[in-house]
Amino acid sequence: MQALLENWPLWLQGMGATLLLTAVVTVIGLPIGILLAGMRVSPVAALRVVAAVWTEVARNTPLTLVFFFTAFVLPKLGIVLDFTLGAIIALTYYTSAFFAEAVRSGINSVPIGQAEASRSIGLGFGSTMQLVILPQAFRSVLPPVINVVIALVKNTSVAMGFFVFVLVSVAQRLSNVYGDQSLQIFVGIALSYLILTVPLGQLVDHLERKWSVQR
Amino acid sequence: MSGSVLFDAPGPNAIRRSRLLSIVFAVVAVVALGIAVYQLWLGGAFYQDRWDIFQDPALWFGARGLMVGLGTTLSIAGIAAVGAMILGVVFAILRNAYSPWVRVPTTVVLEFFRGMPVLLMMLFILIVFSTGAYWAVVWALVVYNGAIIGEALRAGMKSLPKGQRESGLAIGLTPLRTTLEIELPQALRIMMPIILAQLIVLLKDTSLGYIVGSPEIIRIGRQLVDFYDRQGGPYALSMFFVMLAIFLGINLTLSAIVRQLTKRMSRPRRGGRNLDGTPTAAIPLSTRALREIKDPQAETTRLPGSGLGGQG
Repeated sequence: MQALLENWPLWLQGMGATLLLTAVVTVIGLPIGILLAGMRVSPVAALRVVAAVWTEVARNTPLTLVFFFTAFVLPKLGIVLDFTLGAIIALTYYTSAFFAEAVRSGINSVPIGQAEASRSIGLGFGSTMQLVILPQAFRSVLPPVINVVIALVKNTSVAMGFFVFVLVSVAQRLSNVYGDQSLQIFVGIALSYLILTVPLGQLVDHLERKWSVQR
Repeated sequence: MSGSVLFDAPGPNAIRRSRLLSIVFAVVAVVALGIAVYQLWLGGAFYQDRWDIFQDPALWFGARGLMVGLGTTLSIAGIAAVGAMILGVVFAILRNAYSPWVRVPTTVVLEFFRGMPVLLMMLFILIVFSTGAYWAVVWALVVYNGAIIGEALRAGMKSLPKGQRESGLAIGLTPLRTTLEIELPQALRIMMPIILAQLIVLLKDTSLGYIVGSPEIIRIGRQLVDFYDRQGGPYALSMFFVMLAIFLGINLTLSAIVRQLTKRMSRPRRGGRNLDGTPTAAIPLSTRALREIKDPQAETTRLPGSGLGGQG
């Protein structure tokens, strides 16, 4: 603990980078995810196919490989990015697919009678989605979306391997310097992640309990 | 899937419009892809000299070849999957224990393991226990995924009707045997889709070994690129495509298998034979149960507190 307390500016830097990555990727990735989910249930076949291919490929590629692309392959093609920007692109691409799946599962969880009722009073696909399905899907979408954000907080740690200084990097650097205190350092960093993930998890549990009663 | 209800079965006009839109969109997509490919082609990505290294058997089967890396990846995933299943069952039993002296610490420990990145755990095991990179990756994956599977099993046990546990206790089984013989088997069956999906995530997570330095496929790929680049031609892009193809091949195959298994397991179960050997009819199901079976994902995917995405 001593080592962590003495090096609080370093900790702050790592924490800042982790929070920045999480926030930026959520802000960019969530709209892309919603768009993909909408494409996946749309009447136009080509949109469905493109969205399905995007989500399946992104979900089945290891995040490390995506980072490998932005950090090593792009520079060789002549596109040199700032490492943080590369990390944002890699994480957004990867996470948008998970956002899309969360939103889609929420859309599917709206009882089928709602869509049937809406269709039978003559609303089209667009109005059905906007006025009937999405407002109801919102409450069942939010918990899985927050779960994706939790996973994202943890996934930002991968950026460490590709030259971005995040919270995990603090643990590694400090334990190199203070070899005798590595146990405390790692526990401290783990707790720093828990400060972020546990409240979000509690929020998910709370929302699920609160909203599932009203169904 | 509710998609079919969201719009009418299209009539002739709608079919024409949808087809037109599809074609327009497909053309746009193809053109965009074509421009990207053309740019790559201008950059020389498809010339023979970017791909010739893949004809070299040493690249695939050499002492530090791609196949060796793939072997490491698969062996790490295999060992960790078995370990995580065992640990998950143990965690689920402890989490369900009667005594709060067991239950509460287990809950805290599970929460702790699930809340931190696997990468941090790998580094921790590597540095504090100095196990070497290979075993650091294995152990971290076992502990992390064990915690997630344990939590999934607990949620599965909680979703069972209360009568299951009560009748187990009523016929004189001890609480532990009730958990082991009545609740756990049912929870395993309910949660199998989630557990199998988590094991695929585990396979993807082995690639984090790249960062801690275990010789898995991406690290090997990187080293091969560095090695062959010195003999001319940047090979990074070709290597990326090859590794992408390998991962997509394995993961998509496994996902398809899991989907098939899920479908088979969520079909209504038929009873065994009667005592006199005649086959039984299907066990009658309530309409509620039937509705749930129609959409096997609906209830099970919403497991409180478990990350949908998991680690990268």
